[in-house]
Amino acid sequence: MAFSNPISDLFGKSPIKPLQEHMSLVVKCSSQLTPFFDAAIANQWEQASDIFDSISKDEDHADELKKQFRLNMPKSLFMPVSRSDLLGILAHQDSIANLSKDICGIVLGRKMDIPKSLQADFLGFIKSAIQTSEQALKAINELDELLETGFVGQEVKFVQKLIRELDAQEHRVDKKERKLRLGLFKIEHDLPPIHVMFLYNVIDNIGEVADTAERVGNRLELLIAK
Amino acid sequence: MELFTEYGTLLIILAGMFGFFMAWGVGANDVANAMGTSVGSKALTIKQAILIAMVFEFAGAYLAGGEVTSTIRKGIVDTAIFAEQPDYLVFGMLSALLAAGTWLMIASIMGWPVSTTHSIVGSIVGFAAVGVSVDAVNWDKVSTIVASWVVSPVLAGTISFALFRSVQRLILIHDNPFERAKKYVPFYMFAVGFLMAMVTMLKGLKHVFKDIGVQLNFSETAVLAAIFGLLVAFLGTYLLSKVKRDESLEVNDRFANVERVFAVLMIFTACSMAFAHGSNDVANAVGPLAAVVNVVSSGGDIAAKSAMPGWILLLGGAGIVVGLATYGFKVMGTIGRKITELTPSRGFAAELGAAATVVLASGTGLPISTTHTLVGAVLGVGMARGIGALNLRMVGAIFVSWVVTLPAGAALSILFFFFFKGVFG
Repeated sequence: MAFSNPISDLFGKSPIKPLQEHMSLVVKCSSQLTPFFDAAIANQWEQASDIFDSISKDEDHADELKKQFRLNMPKSLFMPVSRSDLLGILAHQDSIANLSKDICGIVLGRKMDIPKSLQADFLGFIKSAIQTSEQALKAINELDELLETGFVGQEVKFVQKLIRELDAQEHRVDKKERKLRLGLFKIEHDLPPIHVMFLYNVIDNIGEVADTAERVGNRLELLIAK
Repeated sequence: MELFTEYGTLLIILAGMFGFFMAWGVGANDVANAMGTSVGSKALTIKQAILIAMVFEFAGAYLAGGEVTSTIRKGIVDTAIFAEQPDYLVFGMLSALLAAGTWLMIASIMGWPVSTTHSIVGSIVGFAAVGVSVDAVNWDKVSTIVASWVVSPVLAGTISFALFRSVQRLILIHDNPFERAKKYVPFYMFAVGFLMAMVTMLKGLKHVFKDIGVQLNFSETAVLAAIFGLLVAFLGTYLLSKVKRDESLEVNDRFANVERVFAVLMIFTACSMAFAHGSNDVANAVGPLAAVVNVVSSGGDIAAKSAMPGWILLLGGAGIVVGLATYGFKVMGTIGRKITELTPSRGFAAELGAAATVVLASGTGLPISTTHTLVGAVLGVGMARGIGALNLRMVGAIFVSWVVTLPAGAALSILFFFFFKGVFG
């Protein structure tokens, strides 16, 4: 007997859990940047290649989740948050995973050599960038509590605080990026030009990880403010 | 009338069978819908839900179901027109029961969200308007009923919206939601008890009071209802005192303990839901049966004022229980598995909003659809940003089912009417 019931069919699948799952997978990608660069700086290219494969796999998985998420988002779904904000957050989240994979791809493909004098700053810069993605995950993980309160009260203030912290972290990443660029600028004449070009490119992309994490936070703020 | 002396027993047995069939359908589907929210939010197990349903459905039907039964029995058709031909009323009510039951069967096989109430009203209107004459339908009453079908989900939605907003204001926005929940939940329990007692005494027990010579005015009733509400709140407070905060639950979900408090409240709203449902929907099966029994046993005297025999209500109650036990528990299980997103703090708001609306309708004698009212109530909570995702296509499906059910029930009923007329007439 075909079973359809007005009460059970009324309830759609909440988008919040899948969004959180997607974000934790994304952070799994970005957080592997640290061991990857550790390996790259140590010239352990085999290990770096393994890490790249792992990131690649997680990124594929995240893509799959993204697709599923979008397929489960018919326009007839009535949600406490705007559909476009959710899809926007998802897109930003996903680009963090893409960026992580791209960064590793370039570095691995070119077996990129990071100048000794910049290595410490470079690693610090990466760590801060990853931190922003982790902070964004922390904020996204509050979504179920936000839903529980119906998007009001202390919980909103708490999430807004998390987002403010995220903004501050992004500023710190910016500062580190400027410092790193300046350091590279000072020695760029001594390095092969194409190599320098790609170094700038990698720095840009790492900075973009933090920017995108901040965008996730900003979009989340919009979503709460509906 | 000759017909009644000759075939009276057969007609009553037929009506009893059809009425039982109808009640079975109510128990298998409608009750399961009404109780499914409690099961879905894990406030009750299926077994507990069935037990509560059995007791409170019956209490609702017995204590507050009189007005709706009388509407179904003699409010939709103009009984004066049938005075000359009481056999038509008997055939008609038999056809209406059979038609509504058949239509419900078809609809549930096809998976359409059809309401028992709409089916029976459509069927009664059908046989009266086509089988007898257009004037045989009390159109004023019918249009009031149809209007109430639109009003009831909206009203339930509004109440549920307000209830959930009050929960946000009083409990959820604060730093210590657990303590605040324990403090304020008894007030909601009071509201549950007060509401049920008020409607029961104002409407249901009117004749009982008259029989024992008690006369209560409105304020006396209100005081008594308030006392009953207080008793309910005390019982609830006692149950709440057993809910201790378990910090280990809050690791993953900071509101886990708050929801445990609301789960206790949901036991009460589930009772009120079953009561409300019993007061409104049991009449769908019992009303036509009562009309048949009344006419047949008085030998065709439509105007005869006889009290409804107790066995009719028992038969209705038994049908519901059997429906629950044979099929309803499955439906409840399916609903329970599917609506995991509904937490007790929302489930209670939806149930109480729906129960209040349905009980109000029962008091005014309006047969409405409990399921559709509950859908409206859930949407109300959704409007207050309380539920993760609601499927609005369901609303469209319900709307279509309204448009289809009335003519479908009517057509089937007309068919059966002429069949019965041919066989017995």
